[in-house]
Amino acid sequence: MRLPLLVAALVAVPALAACTENAPSSGGGAGESDAASARTVTVRSTDDACDLSATQAPAGTLTFDVANAGTQVTEFYLLGEDGLRIVGEVENIGPALDRQLVVDAPAGTYVTACKPGMKGEGIRAAFTVTDSTDAQQASADDQQLVEQAQANYDAYVQDQSDQLLVRTEQFVAAYEAGEDDRARAIYADARTHWERIETVAESFGDLDPKMDAREADLEPGQRWTGWHRIEKDLWPARAREDGRAYTPLTEQQRTTYGDDLLANTRTLDRRIQQLDFTVDQIANGSRGLLEEVATGKVTGEEEYWSRTDLWDFQANVDGARVGYEGVRPILEQKDPDLAKRLDQRFTELQTLLDAQRVGDGFTPYDDLAPDEVKALSDAVNALSEPLSELTAAVLG
Amino acid sequence: MKVSRRGLLGGGAAVAGVGGAFVAGRTSSPATADVANVGGGQPAFPFRGTHQAGVVTPAQERLHFAAFDLTTDSRDDVVALLQAWTDAAERMTQGEGAGPVGPTEGAANLPPDDTGEAIGLPPSGLTITFGFGPGFFERLGLDDRKPAALADLPHFPGDTLDPARSGGDLCVQACAQDPQVAVHAVRNLARIGFGAVAVRWSQLGFGRTSSTSTTQSTPRNLFGFKDGTANVKAEEDAALEEHVWVQPGDDGGDWLAGGSYLVARRINMTIEVWDRQPLEDQEGFVGRTKAGGAPLSGGQESTEPDFTMPGSDGPVIPEDAHVRVVHPSENDGIRMLRPGYNFVDGSNALGGLDAGLFFIAFVRDPGKQFVPVMNRMATTDALVEYLRFTSSALFAVPPGAGPGEYVGQALLA
Repeated sequence: MRLPLLVAALVAVPALAACTENAPSSGGGAGESDAASARTVTVRSTDDACDLSATQAPAGTLTFDVANAGTQVTEFYLLGEDGLRIVGEVENIGPALDRQLVVDAPAGTYVTACKPGMKGEGIRAAFTVTDSTDAQQASADDQQLVEQAQANYDAYVQDQSDQLLVRTEQFVAAYEAGEDDRARAIYADARTHWERIETVAESFGDLDPKMDAREADLEPGQRWTGWHRIEKDLWPARAREDGRAYTPLTEQQRTTYGDDLLANTRTLDRRIQQLDFTVDQIANGSRGLLEEVATGKVTGEEEYWSRTDLWDFQANVDGARVGYEGVRPILEQKDPDLAKRLDQRFTELQTLLDAQRVGDGFTPYDDLAPDEVKALSDAVNALSEPLSELTAAVLG
Repeated sequence: MKVSRRGLLGGGAAVAGVGGAFVAGRTSSPATADVANVGGGQPAFPFRGTHQAGVVTPAQERLHFAAFDLTTDSRDDVVALLQAWTDAAERMTQGEGAGPVGPTEGAANLPPDDTGEAIGLPPSGLTITFGFGPGFFERLGLDDRKPAALADLPHFPGDTLDPARSGGDLCVQACAQDPQVAVHAVRNLARIGFGAVAVRWSQLGFGRTSSTSTTQSTPRNLFGFKDGTANVKAEEDAALEEHVWVQPGDDGGDWLAGGSYLVARRINMTIEVWDRQPLEDQEGFVGRTKAGGAPLSGGQESTEPDFTMPGSDGPVIPEDAHVRVVHPSENDGIRMLRPGYNFVDGSNALGGLDAGLFFIAFVRDPGKQFVPVMNRMATTDALVEYLRFTSSALFAVPPGAGPGEYVGQALLA
């Protein structure tokens, strides 16, 4: 996925739109079918006009099919009565292209706006949403739930970053002092705090390659630094397989790499303390962490030298679950079935992980049987599919 | 009676079919000079000519690509091999058997000189293209003839190459409309080669992913998108000379002029993870709409992307969108001819599709064309997060064989 901090608010939701268009006609007869079509409005945006097929619609899930017939990129907004509050928006509609905006709108007075060239107030008009008996009413305390979720997640990320810094200080001190057993004992635990907020940490494109690059990811001439460089030095066995040679880092090199990791961790922590997260970033981050599991941890590629992949696996799942649980009260209102399914799938995955716990840690990756890896991978897929619908459901 | 696949079907008349449209307006390529259409719109392309067929030939639907290791140091053995391969390839591309006798016409107490699975099938647009890898020159003491551009490719960020299916001293690219015809070609050439070469690795491709001629529409890759719209096309004579064909003045031009370089990369897609990306994100990674393939800056598939068009948050075609990262206008005008193929090799140990794109590029100088674009892609392309590069190889593709010649004769004679 695109890094969550860079993801623009995702409002156009094709899957939901399909449900809206298809669902009612079978069950409720002509009346509901008419209501569904009345909730679909076509918008034709040109360089100097914004033509809507209707100026009113019954309350419920509205679909705006926006076609750009102009020469510039356009945007379409549904705004509150004050013309300021954004109820829904769809951006980046290139010339001759179409986009869809799906939005839940309770009865009330609204303002629509096309914004060709993305400048100024846009071409505005009044829009009315009428009372409707079959409309789902948005809860009045939605906004409160959103704010609560945001505040909780901000605090969680900041706390993990704090702990990452503390544990990294201890790890680097042990490594530079040549206390390898102690460094090895701290390594996986320190990285747990990184992996719990990995999608946030990775969003800093200047720091991530210096801190978390794997040897295979390097560009020609790029200096390899960070966690995995030190990991290889602490667990050199695989580097010596097949008769290959590995030269341990000197004391001076240890200081260089250790100090570098610590300095970058401090920079990361300073930046993270200033971050705020939106609900869609939290939900996307949850999905992103499961992707990290699917592409790096369940395959045993992340901790190539130490084989501590399951620590990272658990940490990614921790971070994903915290993100999910933060937005769960919102999801509970919007799509309780999805919430139920996600609860169940998180539990099933956690049960498999718990079976691999050994003392404070986990089974080394190489000791996992192929069918155990397969079962974990299946559970990741089973969770990831519904999780990929979370952002749309929470915003819907 | 000698069974010819062409004869069986009673064809042989030159008909303006798929190939016919392509012929119009072109005379320079042997692949298009005389196209016999046999068996329901599946033409036979001439094997001999200025250039080898299978480079600018309109991309066929199916691929079987094989890389070989030399098992001999003898130049005479290799000359004999290339003579035998040239004869067999010429016959098979015309719908005949691999050997001069035929699959069922020979003595009953001998194995047939053609394996037989193509009996009754038309030529199916089969082209067979040969190439020489870096090791070919070292093994045969031809280092002084090896062009500098045939250096081993560097390690690219994110490469997780399997050495057992990378590299090779020789390659055979067999493309056809019918997979059985392509497989038949590689199988028979491998058989002829025993003693001089051994198969190192091979790859099947089941669907072309790009158009190499303006007469073709652009098909979809396994991400579900159209890609390669800015490919060099067979009709662009000047562009082919500039970007694809080695020129007489180039290094190695004494034997390689009229030839090219073939870069092969097996690119796995993390299909299951990709499928969970929202449509809007998928389109942002690629820089095109999924439905019609239009650039996000608008218009139709063929519309040039406008990389400067502002969007709501940066340019409307994102900075890391694939179409931008590899586009000629963002790469000092570098272009390639890329007839890639979708592949699915079953599933991996975790039940995921072992699938992706078998990337092929024909370029005049891989170091100047492929390497910089690949480096840029590996470091800045949003798609790379969903890709794994699992195999890599580079070959020099000699020019076409003239009448009575064998492929590569200018190098070995």
